[in-house]
Amino acid sequence: MNNSSAPDIRFAGVEKRFTADERTVFAVDRTDLSIRAGEFLVLLGPSGCGKTTMLRMVAGLIRPSAGTIYIGPHDLWLGGQRNSAVTKELGVVFQDANLFPWYSVERNVALPLKLRGIDKEKRLARARELCALVGIGGFEGAWPRQLSGGMRQRAAIARALSYDPHILLMDEPFGALDAITRDQLNLELQRIWLKQGCTVVFVTHSIAEAVFLGDRVLLLSPRPGRIDTEIEVPFPRPRATSIGNLAEFQSIVQRLRERLEAIT
Amino acid sequence: MIWKIDRTRLITPALIVSFVLLWHFYVTWFGVSKFIIPPPLEVWDALVDLLTTPSTLRHTWATLYETIVGFVFASVVGVALGTVLGKTPWLERAINPFIVATQVVPKVALVPLFILWFGFGPESKVVVAAVLAFFPILTNTVLGVKSVDSGHRDVMTVLNANRWQNFLSLELPSSLPAVLAGMEVGIVLSIIGAVVGEYLGGATGLGYLLVASMNNYKVGMLFAVILLLTVIGFVLYLFIGGLRRLVIPWHESAAINSRAAMV
Repeated sequence: MNNSSAPDIRFAGVEKRFTADERTVFAVDRTDLSIRAGEFLVLLGPSGCGKTTMLRMVAGLIRPSAGTIYIGPHDLWLGGQRNSAVTKELGVVFQDANLFPWYSVERNVALPLKLRGIDKEKRLARARELCALVGIGGFEGAWPRQLSGGMRQRAAIARALSYDPHILLMDEPFGALDAITRDQLNLELQRIWLKQGCTVVFVTHSIAEAVFLGDRVLLLSPRPGRIDTEIEVPFPRPRATSIGNLAEFQSIVQRLRERLEAIT
Repeated sequence: MIWKIDRTRLITPALIVSFVLLWHFYVTWFGVSKFIIPPPLEVWDALVDLLTTPSTLRHTWATLYETIVGFVFASVVGVALGTVLGKTPWLERAINPFIVATQVVPKVALVPLFILWFGFGPESKVVVAAVLAFFPILTNTVLGVKSVDSGHRDVMTVLNANRWQNFLSLELPSSLPAVLAGMEVGIVLSIIGAVVGEYLGGATGLGYLLVASMNNYKVGMLFAVILLLTVIGFVLYLFIGGLRRLVIPWHESAAINSRAAMV
């Protein structure tokens, strides 16, 4: 499934500056980057390094100040508008689950399909299927407030997967969870990714999480954000949590940690 | 456990009974004048008298009508204007001084003016009820519309939702709790508006009955009308609470309200 090497997402001279109160913050320095179809790419870095900004630019939530982002051969922005032909291929999972409290879990998961005009029976059937896939079967009818943080994040993943997006963007999705839940969700995310075969861009500030999940890890340095180090992670899939004990794993972690300390 | 719940359930009736007893003994032992505080039994007699008098129904209906029509007016205009203001920040900034000004005017002071303009009939009372209920509904709607979660907005943007979808799936449900909270305050103010309007003009409604009782030194009747108004207020308030449970069952306030209503 990960055999295609054509770039799926491409940054061409992308920059981002924010202006607020007459002060300009240089968030992301001129960046060129290719992300392969089917790749699991991790953006790693300290807070304020622009990793979330980069992800939000790919999601079409903020617009680059300069340069172009291509999804496949298409420009993400067309005439000042999000190019919906392209953005409909994007699934996004945020740091907060952002479930709508007025919808039951299954209706939250089915929301993207509802917006696409899929009829009710069909979309709810799909939602139940996805709830089972992400391990919250049996909670379809619950209100989001009745779920734990981990379960809400699972529901958010199910919602992002509901329309089979070909690119999945994840912004520190497990950042607010405890370590045990986090390990478990990392494993399940890998399983789901192997099954779905989508391209994943995953933002985190945890080195171990980055190395465990990524085919490739980009370490970003802050102010302005730029790519500092790029590491290919060679371990075969599916990876078990125990790869954390391998000397090679630890040497990659060590290398990233040293760089991280040097740049912050 | 069940025994414990049953016992706590008894507290409210027990409080009511002891209040009435305290009232009775206070009035009889200290020889309080009947024209200041009548004993409970006299109030009871007056209440029976009130409820068996055919004209009471007409008065109750008048007050209820003014309250509800005023409230519905306030709700429709308040929610519509609140939605527009909440979505148009520059307009809200421009109009805000006027809203604050009209809100700090003691609106009851405008009642004579409304009677002058709208006459002694039900119209002037409807206007008073509407004006009083309008502001909490308006301000809560503005607040509700403005406080849509930015994370939720991001979700809808990512899903390429159009304006109508944004309104139906996000903005409307998200602002409903605040709107209903405004309505809960509004309905109580509507009753006040209707009654105060009746004080000052006309010859119908429970407010008129209050003033008439006072002028005739029928203090027992005065108390009985107050009791009737309290019951009406309760019923209307519970109606909005029920609406809340029906419309926003997902919201914490619905759960809290159902607990309160169980008492």
